Amino acid sequence: MPATSQVPDLHGRFGAFGGRYVPETLTYALDQLTAEYEKAKNDPVFQAELENLWKTYVGRPSPLYHARRLSEAMGGAQIYLKREDVNHTGAHKINNTLGQALLTIRMGKRRVIAETGAGQHGVATATACARFGLECVVYMGEEDIRRQKPNVFSMRLLGAEVRPVTSGSRTLRDAINEALRDWMSSVETTHYIIGSVVGPHPFPMMVRDFQSVIGRETIEQSLQTFGRLPNVVVACVGGGSNAAGMFYPFVDHHEVELIGVEAGGRGDKPGDHAASLSFGQPGVLHGSYSYVIQDEDGQTCDVHSMSAGLDYPGVGPEHSYWKETGRVTYTNCADQDAMAAFDTLARYEGILPALESSHAVAQAIKIARDLPKDQIVVVCLSGRGDKDAFEVARLKGVDLG
Amino acid sequence: MPFITAGDPDLEFTADLLRLFSERGCHLCELGIPYSDPIADGPVIQASYTRALDKKVRLANIFETLGGVTPQLTMPVVTMVSYAIINRRGAERYVDEAQAAGAAGAIVPDLPWDESAGLAKICRQRDFNLIQLVTPTTPRERAIRIAEASTGFLYYVSVTGITGERSTLPPELVDNIAWLREQSSLPICVGFGVSQKEHVKLLAPVADGLIVGSAIVRRVAQASEGNPPRPRHEVLADIGQFVDDMLSALRSV
Repeated sequence: MPATSQVPDLHGRFGAFGGRYVPETLTYALDQLTAEYEKAKNDPVFQAELENLWKTYVGRPSPLYHARRLSEAMGGAQIYLKREDVNHTGAHKINNTLGQALLTIRMGKRRVIAETGAGQHGVATATACARFGLECVVYMGEEDIRRQKPNVFSMRLLGAEVRPVTSGSRTLRDAINEALRDWMSSVETTHYIIGSVVGPHPFPMMVRDFQSVIGRETIEQSLQTFGRLPNVVVACVGGGSNAAGMFYPFVDHHEVELIGVEAGGRGDKPGDHAASLSFGQPGVLHGSYSYVIQDEDGQTCDVHSMSAGLDYPGVGPEHSYWKETGRVTYTNCADQDAMAAFDTLARYEGILPALESSHAVAQAIKIARDLPKDQIVVVCLSGRGDKDAFEVARLKGVDLG
Repeated sequence: MPFITAGDPDLEFTADLLRLFSERGCHLCELGIPYSDPIADGPVIQASYTRALDKKVRLANIFETLGGVTPQLTMPVVTMVSYAIINRRGAERYVDEAQAAGAAGAIVPDLPWDESAGLAKICRQRDFNLIQLVTPTTPRERAIRIAEASTGFLYYVSVTGITGERSTLPPELVDNIAWLREQSSLPICVGFGVSQKEHVKLLAPVADGLIVGSAIVRRVAQASEGNPPRPRHEVLADIGQFVDDMLSALRSV
């Protein structure tokens, strides 16, 4: 069956994927959230408030930028960048946290928890909480705290409490576990602002909807700029929120090719990558049924990516649906190729991309080379690379002192 | 009703504990299948799962050990298991293997009632109990439907939160259980936070069973943590004493 944009169903199912595999304790909060979100979605006041925030606080619409020097150097298709990196807080994450912060207030809750990998979602949540005067606790794996020091400092400056997570692999996956455990005890007073299109229903749908502003603007800007839709759209996929936001408005435009790029890490052996759609199989993790990297007993495996935001063994259920229906092609990009793309974009365009987004840039460069010059490839540049300065220096063997 | 983690610190000790619980007169044992990402569990049980998984315990080994020990037990054993594990094994195969090993049922803490129809059907066909959970955040109408779907017994989660010892339990707990009792003919067992003799005295008049997890698992940890770890016979004696104390508190009500 071809993919449709009319998903999920009332049970949060994207085809076979999604659902709600969480303890009974959370069911009530998820029902409450679903109901409140449905009301808000149809409330012009809510929509106007969110759009005003996007415009005056985030700086939307984000530009669709023609990477001319890069395109010429590659000698093929024209590469355009959807500049989510110029958003306030430096990534697409703020699109979602502002929406969920407004919902938090509508539900009469005053405390927010969040997980973060690269720290971008943590910063975006801390920012939204500061903006609305909400209490904010961010769970972050110890390994990620090491890799993303500037973001940890920013969160604290914004008044959030950053709680280090020392269990398991000490990365994004464990941060989500810890946030869910907090929510188990605090569910009556606290909203969990999940940062990606993962987790139990309604999160995958709701986060996708908030992020879909990326794809809607891209369609509008494409029609204005070059009078048609792009030929190919590329985005990186960890949990998959920037990709879902970019792809979703394109799903019913069948002529546009969609490519999701996972973290290929060091290689295709278990433990060396974080590419669940490429190498995993359907299973249950963090409340939904989707592709996951797990062993034959169902234990989640450790994964690797140099980019903290992609270092996750699962993926949003709608991506699994798009994979199974063939609507989106998923591939993966090795650490070293993403690093090369990081350098290339810096030198040709004066833009330091986030390491996550560098995976998408690498794939765009790869395919643009072989396409005619009148073809258009749009890359979702989901975040900026400032936060990665220390990690890039470390990986390149440069001592910043 | 004690809870322990299979394979913490190894399956031989798990078998020893199961025999001990049975001999001391426990009415049922919940055997936790270690899982890498348990979201309903507090630090004590998480650490226990991690210890077991670090030793590479496999589901097949757990069922093998369980199958060897259940014929010697006078109490039933139910597995506490994540749906991630059941789904990966295949629900039918999981139930068949658990049943062949002598397990009487399963508690699946991350499979709420709405998602449980498929597994419930498989369990019903095999006369294998699927124990459902009701929590303080469950609306009453929903609690009635969950009770109707549960088999074996109904698990009442005493607190809004994760597993772990509590000094006090919510004041409305007794009333809530009493209400639930009027809605269902199933036995009602209470877990999460239950760890002290005072809890036993409070809950025994209204509940049919009390599940004690972290208070026992914390003692099991002594067999592998610390330098050097405590000798196993001492840990077994300590747990035996704790179980005796809890059981005598129960009998004195």
